[in-house]
Amino acid sequence: MAAGNPLLRSIQRPLRLAFALPEKLLDRVFPGHWNPLYNLGALGFFMYWIVAGSGIYLYIFFDTGLTEAYQSVEYMTNDQWYLAGVMRSLHRYASDAMVLFMVLHVMREFALDHYRGSRWFSWITGAPVIVLLIVSGITGYWLVWDRLAQYIAIKTTEFFDWLPIFGVPIAANFVAPESLDDRFFSLMIFLHIAAPLFLLFALWIHLARIAQARSNPPRGLAAGITAALLALSLVKPAVSHAPADLSTMVTSVNLDWFYLGLYPLVDMFSAGAVWGALAFFGLTLMAMPWMPPLRRPAPAEVHLEHCNGCRRCVEDCPYEAVAMQPRSDGASFDLEAVVNPDLCVSCGICSGACPSSMPFRRRSDLVSGIELPDFTIADLRNRIRKACARLSGDVRILLIGCNNAARVERLTNAETAAVSLPCSGMLPPPFIDYVLARGLADGVFITGCREGACYNRLGQGWTNARIDRQRDPHLRRRVPRERIARCWAGPLDDKALAGEIGRFAARLRTLPAAAPRPAGPPPAPGGQKAAAQ
Amino acid sequence: MRPYARYLGQGSVYLVIVAIVGTLADTPAYRNFPEDQGMIRLTLSHGGKPKGGCRTQSAEELEKIAPNMRRKRLCSRERLPVLVEMTIDDRRVLSRVLQPTGIRKDGPVRLYEGIAVAAGRHRISLALRDSDRAKGFDYERRTVVDIRPGQNFVIRFRPEFGGFVFK
Ligand code: HEM
Ligand code: SF4
Ligand code: SF4
Repeated sequence: MAAGNPLLRSIQRPLRLAFALPEKLLDRVFPGHWNPLYNLGALGFFMYWIVAGSGIYLYIFFDTGLTEAYQSVEYMTNDQWYLAGVMRSLHRYASDAMVLFMVLHVMREFALDHYRGSRWFSWITGAPVIVLLIVSGITGYWLVWDRLAQYIAIKTTEFFDWLPIFGVPIAANFVAPESLDDRFFSLMIFLHIAAPLFLLFALWIHLARIAQARSNPPRGLAAGITAALLALSLVKPAVSHAPADLSTMVTSVNLDWFYLGLYPLVDMFSAGAVWGALAFFGLTLMAMPWMPPLRRPAPAEVHLEHCNGCRRCVEDCPYEAVAMQPRSDGASFDLEAVVNPDLCVSCGICSGACPSSMPFRRRSDLVSGIELPDFTIADLRNRIRKACARLSGDVRILLIGCNNAARVERLTNAETAAVSLPCSGMLPPPFIDYVLARGLADGVFITGCREGACYNRLGQGWTNARIDRQRDPHLRRRVPRERIARCWAGPLDDKALAGEIGRFAARLRTLPAAAPRPAGPPPAPGGQKAAAQ
Repeated sequence: MRPYARYLGQGSVYLVIVAIVGTLADTPAYRNFPEDQGMIRLTLSHGGKPKGGCRTQSAEELEKIAPNMRRKRLCSRERLPVLVEMTIDDRRVLSRVLQPTGIRKDGPVRLYEGIAVAAGRHRISLALRDSDRAKGFDYERRTVVDIRPGQNFVIRFRPEFGGFVFK
């Protein structure tokens, strides 16, 4: 994890571990990629659809008149409990779950250091999402016009009256039944429809810079959470309080703490204090991406002499940071790759995809069409060669890891060398071929974030698909698959990973010695042309 | 892990999620207001008298003004602050000078106040001054009320009904 603000980091580290443990546990019971903790954003989004669907149904039976609203909700809850009542419960509980998933999602993205650098956009666009979600929830409770709604109406208006923006105290609308205003209620109905629509728009923007955003959870997970919420709706149907009565005080309310948790704070402290806290929290959230130190790894660079316009980098970049444009250098290809440095997170996945990342080329020649200036493909070859040169065991394993998962450097010994990449997806498959064909090691062991939890979202999937020959660049057929191992491991998995490596070593020992030992620097084969895969 | 153990594990994760959701959706209940008390709520929105008073323009003065602008009484725009006092059972619970709203200080004064009291009989007296008099009040009212537990007793100011009105 790159260095960030020391204060934030001191929260981040323990939080990362606090997530790693349950993530690991849930990995044991959920099939690959189903782990809810890897799908928090997607689950939140899925809740949105449940809330929207059930909301549309409720609106059919909802009476928008101030005096009739309560009765219509009672009708749904009691007379038509089997459908409208269930829909009401689903509407409430899925809304609550959305807050739950959102809070966990934000905490996890923060713990993973996903809030700064080029990812600032996803972070900042999360802020309006929070506001709109809370507004949607509060206005929703308002519509029932029961005692809770009365409480909310009075407290909300009193809270806003603290701000010097309304000339009239709007809370005065709710002092007595006869001062009640139908138009205010209509405004709330309008807001309860408008805020969720804006929320959807805000979510769309939130995902605008994320290629192939995982906005839908895996089917099984979606089915599971739907069934669970349905069961909750049947076991504990959502009900109203008594009807609102402005002539008496609301003494005790069953608050929905997901949406209304701040209200008691206004009583405990004051409206001003809570406004202050909200402003502080909001500004901190917005400022976080730019808190010093602002060290940011250099974005990927395109080397046109080595780019043939194949588009692989565009297709594999998880942050839509590469695009194709008409050729600018007069080469015979139509298109060339171009990086938008503002979007690039320097994961290196693009150079793992580029056909020019070809280690068999002569040393002077080794430049990729697209690569990280701080960690070029030539650097990668050098590091691999250096690491492998130190190996002296009877089986020699090259461990390729990722900076965001298990620390591979800790697992090195006489028979294991390690090279850690910004993302495992940065490894071009020809490098595996290279290591084995040149006999730099007897086996290549690839690791990275736990399955389904790629720090750079797509790197792991691409790595697997490339090795399994499902996605360009394919790992050549001639590469002995028994000399390759993959094990996805998180920051808590050093031990398990060491065990896997041990088993891999044992397996390698049973194989006939195939690869020739390198004697001195490897011969430089004549130019294997770029894109010759 | 055996399949049934995995299903059990998944089931427990869903259970934990809906347990959190189902609980925090309405528990713990929040006590907003003590059951054995009532609320005395005073709201008002009232324009104080014009500052510096008004005067009647003489006929000669009116002659000089365009006909559509002629007004007999000429008042200053700025209004006076309003003094409001409320006493409950000999305890002065409110005594405030309210400034007129608006940048030109020409808007009404506004007040929204709540005082929680124990249920039972209470003597309430109210007084308001909206003129430039130095002493005394322009409006006064006293009453004795029985506040029921949880009651929201509203007092408004309606000069057209003679001042403070109770509900
Ligand atoms: C209910 C509200 C929200 C929903 C439904 C939601 C949904 C999502 C989804 C689906 C993704 C893409 C995940 C992926 O494909 O890997 C995502 C990414 C992200 N979200 Fe949210 N989000 C919400 C609120 C927030 C908030 C409030 C913040 C922060 C303040 C936030 C911060 C982020 C960040 C930083 C990423 C980018 C992760 C990356 O770069 O890999 N989200 N969100
Ligand atoms: S390093 Fe490459 S793949 Fe990664 S974000 Fe930048 S351009 Fe995209
Ligand atoms: S993958 Fe390499 S060759 Fe293909 S478009 Fe990108 S930079 Fe060019």
